[in-house]
Amino acid sequence: MGSNLIDALFIFMLAAFIGFEVIRRISPLLHTPLMSLTNALDAIAVLGAIVLVGEHKSTFSAVLGVIAVVAATSNVVGGFLITDRMLKMFKTSRPTKP
Amino acid sequence: MTDFAGNQYIIEIVYLIASALFILSLRWMSSPSTARHGVRAGEIGMVLAIAGTLLHHGMEYKWIVIALVLGTGIGIPLGRVQMTAVPQRTALSHAFGALCVTLVGTAEFYLRSPNVPRFMMAVLAMEVILGSLTFTGSLMAAGKLQEILPQRPLTYKGQNFVNLGLLAVAVAIAVYLVQHPEGRQLFPFMIGIPLVFGVLMVVPIGGADMPTVISLLNSYAGLSAAAMGFVLDSKLLIIAGALDGSSGFILSVIMSKAMNRSFTNVLFGAFGQVQTSAAAGTEAKPVHSATAEEAAAILAAANQVVVVPGYGMAVAQAQHKVRELYDSLTKRGVIVRFAIHPVAGRMPGHMNVLLAEADIPYDKLLDMEDINGDFPQTDVALVIGANDVTNPAARTDTASPIYGMPILDVDKARTVMVIKRGMSPGFAGIDNPLYYLERTLMLFGDAKAFVNDIVRELGAGGHS
Repeated sequence: MGSNLIDALFIFMLAAFIGFEVIRRISPLLHTPLMSLTNALDAIAVLGAIVLVGEHKSTFSAVLGVIAVVAATSNVVGGFLITDRMLKMFKTSRPTKP
Repeated sequence: MTDFAGNQYIIEIVYLIASALFILSLRWMSSPSTARHGVRAGEIGMVLAIAGTLLHHGMEYKWIVIALVLGTGIGIPLGRVQMTAVPQRTALSHAFGALCVTLVGTAEFYLRSPNVPRFMMAVLAMEVILGSLTFTGSLMAAGKLQEILPQRPLTYKGQNFVNLGLLAVAVAIAVYLVQHPEGRQLFPFMIGIPLVFGVLMVVPIGGADMPTVISLLNSYAGLSAAAMGFVLDSKLLIIAGALDGSSGFILSVIMSKAMNRSFTNVLFGAFGQVQTSAAAGTEAKPVHSATAEEAAAILAAANQVVVVPGYGMAVAQAQHKVRELYDSLTKRGVIVRFAIHPVAGRMPGHMNVLLAEADIPYDKLLDMEDINGDFPQTDVALVIGANDVTNPAARTDTASPIYGMPILDVDKARTVMVIKRGMSPGFAGIDNPLYYLERTLMLFGDAKAFVNDIVRELGAGGHS
């Protein structure tokens, strides 16, 4: 557990830095789709919920798990869908890409 | 056993690929030309990760499938809402994300208690505290944005004291549970108190502060998911949570800077304080008003026009009429561009999405820093439904509550036109000296109807 914890902290630190560096470069133009995209990615929490339902260790945990899977899946599906819809609308007036 | 270990390796490799795809997904969001690849990458990563998880040993699939189908059924309509409803949809999805994290955290606690190591209990507490306050906070924000709840900020004396006190009690329970993870009866309080806190946190927040609040809740949702990753020892979840958390954090910082609020001010929910000071001066000062015909004539004679849209444009659903105006003027050889303040609208980037929906090319949408230097060379600045973000008092009047807030320098344009319903002050209750300038023409009326009238006048005035 001890080394796992340290590993996990390192991963968190590195991912946070990558997040800062990558997201800092995103123009304000795309901030709304950015938020709906990160929201969909964040719904990866569905994995924890799926395991909870699949392992069925207790009725209580399975019921909470099912609700959690429903909530997160709606974010995955809705998030990707609306992000793509928004991005489709962004068009440039120049005929070709710069 | 060997079979199990083999599966485990495959699952981990799949998660590794998914993590890389998630990072690429955000990387590609940096430009509108590659952004849709970003969505693809994210989708593939997500499908891989879910498929990998289903490979876990000894899973019962029935309820998983039912839940996935149900969630998809809810997700599809949520992905098809109107563009004007995107802020409340986003708030609602933060609530769903936080709900998932909180429920999983709760289930994990009761499965593991009393054998919860200290560190795990600490992150689990963080997971459910952040998760539950984000859940109710986001529901409140969604309710305000959908106008089910009153948008007006509700404040009372000692509000911050009560809120922070509640949070402190929740943290104290968390600290106790770290020492005594067998205290199962205390766990519901560690969820219930942050649930109340989430409501109280958003109660004092008005519409204009929504961009900051949504960003902040986004950040909390990400951090709670990362904490869940620590509890479940899932590196993929830690990475996705960290990415989402940092994204929300960066947006919160940008928004709070654009509102001239310190970040600590935002973190402790002290935003939304009603500024009452400068609202008193109500004696009628003279303003110049103009008709649609006059406005059309001035616009038609201009070379450079900058349109400044605000939330009022979204409320009036005027973006498609604005597009017609853009077309009409562009056809006459007038250069029309749009100046977007970071906090215009109800969430970060809100105006850009609405204007893009109306088919206005995105290279005509400029950020505050890119356009502000151009106002002195601008013939007409046309303000549609924006107020405080154009208030020159923010630059000059040290007594003004918004002094220091970065604004669009529309008052430097040769002519300023402001479409507005009447002379009522804006959200913050602050009078706007812009309206009394010699060069300012007030166009009183509904944004959509007025822009429509201008377009009609332009059409009637002969074609070039």
